[in-house]
Amino acid sequence: MSSQEVSPALSAGETRQPGRMAMTAVNLPGAPIERIALRTPVQTRLRIAKYTRGLSDRSIAWLFITPTIALLLAINIFPLIWMIRLSFTSLNLSMAYLPLRFVGLDNYTDILTDEDVWDRLQMTARFVISTVTLQVVIGFGLALLINRQFRTHSFWTTIILLPMMLSPAVVGNFWTLLYQPQIGPFNYVVSLFTGIAPNSFSMIGEVALAPWTIVLVDTWMWAPYVMLICLAGLRSIPDYIYEAAEVDRASSWRQFWSITLPMAMPFLMLAVLFRAIENFKMFDMVNLLTSGGPGSTTEVINITLKRAAFEKWQTGYSSALAIILFVTVFGAANIYVKALNRVKQR
Amino acid sequence: MRNTKTGTWSKSVGAALALFTGVALTAVAGQPAAAQSKQLTLCWAAWDPANALVELGKDFTKASGIEMKYEFVPWTSYADRFLNELNSHSKLCDLIIGDSQWIGGAAENHWYVKLNDFFAKEHISMDDFMPATVLGYSEWPKNTPNYWALPAMADAIGWTYRKDWFSRPEIQAEFKKKYGRDLAPPKTYEELKQIAEFFQGREIDGKKVYGAYIYTERGSEGITMGVTNVLYDYGFEYDNPKKPYQMQGFVNSPDAVKGLEFYKALYKCCTAPGLTNAYMQEGLDAFKSGQVAMQMNFFAFFPGLYKDPNVGGDKIGFFVNPAGPKGQFSQLGGQGISVVAVSDHRDDALRYIKWFAQPAVQQKWWQIGGYSALKAVVEAPGFPKSAPFAPQFLQTMTFVKDFWAEPSYAQLLLDMQKRVHDYVVADKGTAQQALDLLVKDWTKVFKEQGKEVMVQ
Amino acid sequence: MTAKTTAHSVVEASSRVKTCAAVIVILYAVMAIAPLLWIGATAFKSQSDAIAYPPKVIFQPTLEGYVNLFTVRTRQMPDFIASLPPATTWYDKLVRKHDMVIAGPSKVVPRFINSLVIGFGSTFLAVLLGTLAAYAFSRFRIPLADDLLFFILATRMMPPVAVAIPIYIMYRYLNLTDTKIGMILLYTAVNVSLAVWLLKGFIDEIPREYEEAALVDGYTRLQALRKVVLPQAVTGIAATAIFCLIFSWNEYAFAVLLTSGDAQTMPPFIPFIIGEGGQDWPAVAAATTLFLIPIVLFTILLRRHLLRGITFGAVRK
Repeated sequence: MSSQEVSPALSAGETRQPGRMAMTAVNLPGAPIERIALRTPVQTRLRIAKYTRGLSDRSIAWLFITPTIALLLAINIFPLIWMIRLSFTSLNLSMAYLPLRFVGLDNYTDILTDEDVWDRLQMTARFVISTVTLQVVIGFGLALLINRQFRTHSFWTTIILLPMMLSPAVVGNFWTLLYQPQIGPFNYVVSLFTGIAPNSFSMIGEVALAPWTIVLVDTWMWAPYVMLICLAGLRSIPDYIYEAAEVDRASSWRQFWSITLPMAMPFLMLAVLFRAIENFKMFDMVNLLTSGGPGSTTEVINITLKRAAFEKWQTGYSSALAIILFVTVFGAANIYVKALNRVKQR
Repeated sequence: MRNTKTGTWSKSVGAALALFTGVALTAVAGQPAAAQSKQLTLCWAAWDPANALVELGKDFTKASGIEMKYEFVPWTSYADRFLNELNSHSKLCDLIIGDSQWIGGAAENHWYVKLNDFFAKEHISMDDFMPATVLGYSEWPKNTPNYWALPAMADAIGWTYRKDWFSRPEIQAEFKKKYGRDLAPPKTYEELKQIAEFFQGREIDGKKVYGAYIYTERGSEGITMGVTNVLYDYGFEYDNPKKPYQMQGFVNSPDAVKGLEFYKALYKCCTAPGLTNAYMQEGLDAFKSGQVAMQMNFFAFFPGLYKDPNVGGDKIGFFVNPAGPKGQFSQLGGQGISVVAVSDHRDDALRYIKWFAQPAVQQKWWQIGGYSALKAVVEAPGFPKSAPFAPQFLQTMTFVKDFWAEPSYAQLLLDMQKRVHDYVVADKGTAQQALDLLVKDWTKVFKEQGKEVMVQ
Repeated sequence: MTAKTTAHSVVEASSRVKTCAAVIVILYAVMAIAPLLWIGATAFKSQSDAIAYPPKVIFQPTLEGYVNLFTVRTRQMPDFIASLPPATTWYDKLVRKHDMVIAGPSKVVPRFINSLVIGFGSTFLAVLLGTLAAYAFSRFRIPLADDLLFFILATRMMPPVAVAIPIYIMYRYLNLTDTKIGMILLYTAVNVSLAVWLLKGFIDEIPREYEEAALVDGYTRLQALRKVVLPQAVTGIAATAIFCLIFSWNEYAFAVLLTSGDAQTMPPFIPFIIGEGGQDWPAVAAATTLFLIPIVLFTILLRRHLLRGITFGAVRK
C-alpha cells in the first residue's frame, strides 16, 4: 500500500503551512518514472520537510529497526558463528591449559555415530510428538467446549490457564513431591480410581512409567496454551457460515467436519508449530523432574547438551551438538511453515 | 490541541524511561564497594558442618579482627557453582573448601595456591594429619609431596541403623529363628543384605518399613558414591596398580561385575519405593521419618542424626561399611580447605588456615560438629568415647578409597553415573556390559587428555 | 435472546449441551488446579506433615513454611536455647519450638527483587524495541523484510542451553556473568523476536488511513506513531507484554547457567531450598505460591488481551 496524496486536504479553517508535509517517500509505487511524476509537486516541500521537520521516514525506519537487529546479532548470531568455529575444536573449558586443537569434523562424526545420542534424539522426538498430540487433542476439545459459552466459563478458563504461568523448573521440582509413591498424592489418587496399591509403582522411578510423567506434566502446563489458540480460531469463524449450514440442515457432526475443523486448522497447525518448537527446546522441567532418569530413559537431548557443555565442559563437542540440533529444528520448521502457508491459502 | 497532549505523553514516557534507567543503574551499581574493613569469604557446601564452621569462625574473628563472610551452596549445585567460579577466575571466594576430587583440576589449572612453602614457614606438617586425608584432600599429583589444601573435613561413608528396632526381643527372636544368628550390625555385605531382606516390608509400630537406604542419585555423583562402597569390597580397581590408566580387566573384572550385580540386587530387593534419584538428603529424610532400618550416608551427618528428636539418642546406632569378599573399604568423602589463587586477600586467607590448623581449634571443630583430620585430635585417648560414632569413624579412615581426582574427573564421574544408573535403576543391559562401556568411556576421556592408555 | 456477536451466536447451543460442556470443563479445571492447591496447602504444613505418609489432606496449618523461607536457622542444643533471652516475635517463638534459632534472613528477598528487575526490565525493553521495529516493518518497505522477519523467528528456535554455550564464554570475557544487566540484555534479545512478530501483526491490523490522515494534518511520522498508532495498539502491546513477562519471569536455563549469586532470580533458587534433610517442602511451596502471585495478577489484569495476543501477528502473516 502506498500513500498517494499529492495535495493534502485541508480541514476547515486551516491554512497550508510550508514545510509541514511528510510524504512517505519510501511507499511510492512502481517504476522510477511514476515515482518522479508523483513526487514532483511536493519535491521541494519534501526536501524541506527532511531537514526542518524532524527525521525522514527512511531514517526513522532504520532507527527503529537497528537496535533490534543489533541486539539479535550480538546475542544470537555472533555467538552462533562463534559456536560454529568452536565446534571444530577440542576445547574443554575446565582444562583450558591444554593446547587448543582443531579437529575438523571429528566432533560431528563422534556425535552422529554415537548410538546413545541417536537414542536421546529419538526419545526427544517421541516426547515432542506425544506431548503435542495430547495437548492438541485436549486443548482443542476444551476450546470447543468453552466456546459453548456456558455461564461462568470465563472463570473456569482462567483457572485452567493457571498452570501455564508457572516456571517450568519450579513445576518439575514440585511434581517430584506429588509423584512420590509414599508421600505424594498422585499415587493415592490413582489408587482411589483403580485400586492399585500406591506403594506398588513409582512414576518417576520405573522405566515404563517415567516418560509418562514428563508427558503428563507438560500437558498439564501447556494444553491451556493450545486451548487459547484454538479458542481464538473458533471465534474467528464467522457466524454466517454456520447459519448457512443450519439452513442447509447440516448436522452438527457435519458442521464440525466441514466448517469448524477446516477453518480452525491454520490455528491448530500454528499451535502445533509453537508447541513443537518449545518442547524440542525442553530442558528445565524434565531436568528437575527426573534428572533424565531412570538411567537415560527421559534424558531429552538438551539435558545431554547441558551435561556435555556445563558439567563435562566439552565445549567443542557440545557446540557441534548444538549446531546439529539447530539445523534440525530449523529445517523441520521451514518445511512445516511452508505446509502451514499452503493450508492458509485454501 | 497539538501541543498540550504531546507534553503529557512525552513526560510519561520519559518518566518511565527514567525510572527504568534508575533501576538499571542501581542494578549495575549494586555491586557493593570493596569493604574497607578486613573480610574473608569462605565458600563451601550448605550443610550442618558448614553451620558449625560459622560458629567456629567467630573465634577467628575475635582473634584476628578479620570478618568472615560465607557463601554456602546446596550439594546438588556445589560442584557446578564453584567449579564455575574457579574456572572464571572469580574473586568471590578467598578460601574454598573444595571437594576432594577437584584437586587435580585445581592444581593443573592453578586455581589454588600451592601451600608447601606456607606449611614449611608456619611449621605445619602434613605428618600431623591422617595419611588418608592428606592423600585424598591435599596431594596432587597423588603420592607426591605437593600440597594444595589443608585437610579440613575428614569424611567417609558409614551406616546408621535403628538400634531400638534391633533390640526388640520379638524381632531378635524372629531373626534368630530365620537366620540362626543374632541380630547385630552387619560385618559383611551378605549379612547386610539378609538384615535388609528381613526388615523389608515389615510392620513396625503400625507402619510398613524397609530394609536399607542406598544412594541412587543420577544428576551429580550420588549413585557412584554409593556403588563404590560395594565395588571396592568386591575387588574393583580403577586401574592397574603397576600401570596407571590401564583399566581393562580392572574396572570390568569378573569381581567388579559381581560387585555391581550385588548393588543392583540390594537396590531391587530391600529399599524403599520411589527412591530412584536419592542422595544424602533424601537418606536423612527416609531415616528420620522411620522408613528404613539401615541408612548409608556420610559421617558428616551423624552428629545431626544423633541429636534428632525422633530417631536420635538411644534409637540410633552406627556401623562401618561392611566388608566384601575381597576386602573392606569405604568411599572417601571430605574436603580440604584451600586458598584461591586470584584472591586479593591471600595473606589473610593463609592466616585463617594457620589458625584452623591449630590443635585447639581442631579439637573444638570436632566438638561442635565438624570432623577433624588432625592426628592429635583423633588419636587422643578420649576420642573414641567423645561421640557414639567416633570409633566407627576412626576405623573407617583406615580403609578409605577415593574416586579419580584427575583434572578430567567430572567427565569420568558423569560417565560412571550414566553407566551405573542405566544398569542398576533403568535395567539396561548387564553389569558386564555396563562396566565394559565404562572402560570405553574412560579410555576416550584419557586419550583426549593425551594420556597413554594401555589396553592390554 | 441476547444478540451476542461472537461466533455461534445464532447457533447457540442448547442448554443441555451447555451443561454437558460445563461439567466436562469444570471437571478438567478442578483436576488442573488440584496440584496447585496441594502445593498451596503444603506451604502451610509443618515439616513432618509435608512428608507424612500417607499424605495428609487434613492437617494443622502453621506458618513454618513461610518463616523457613525467609530465614536461615541453625539447630542448637536445648540448654543453649534455654540460655538465650526469651523469644519476642511470633516467628522467633515458632522457630525455637523446634530447637532452632534464627541466624539471619535468607536470600529469598534479593532473589525476588532480581526477578522483578530482570523480568520487568527485559519486558519493558523488549516491548519498546519490538514496537518500534514492528512499526517499521509494518509501515515501511524494508529491504529483505521477509528474510529479516524469518531470521528473527529463527532465533527463537535455538535451545537456551545451546545459546548459553557461547554466551557463557562471551559474558565471562565481558564480565557480564552474574550481572542483572547481562541477564536483562539476554532476556530482551530472546523476547524481542516474539515481540516483533506479535506487534507487527497488531500494527498491520491498524488501518493506515488514520496515520495518513494525521500526516496530512501536518504531524510528523513520529507524532503520528505516538498519537494515532500507539493508542490503537495498546491491546497488542499489553498482550505482548504478558508473554514477554511470563517468559522472563519463569526462565530457568539461562538463569541457572549464567548467574549464581548477585543476579540469580527465583526459578534457580526455589528448587534448591534445602532444609535439614532433603528439600524444605513447605518453604519451597511457600516460595512457589509467592512467586506465582505477581504473574497471576498481571495476567488477570490484562486477561482480555491474552486471547488476541496468541493469535494476532502470528496467523496474520
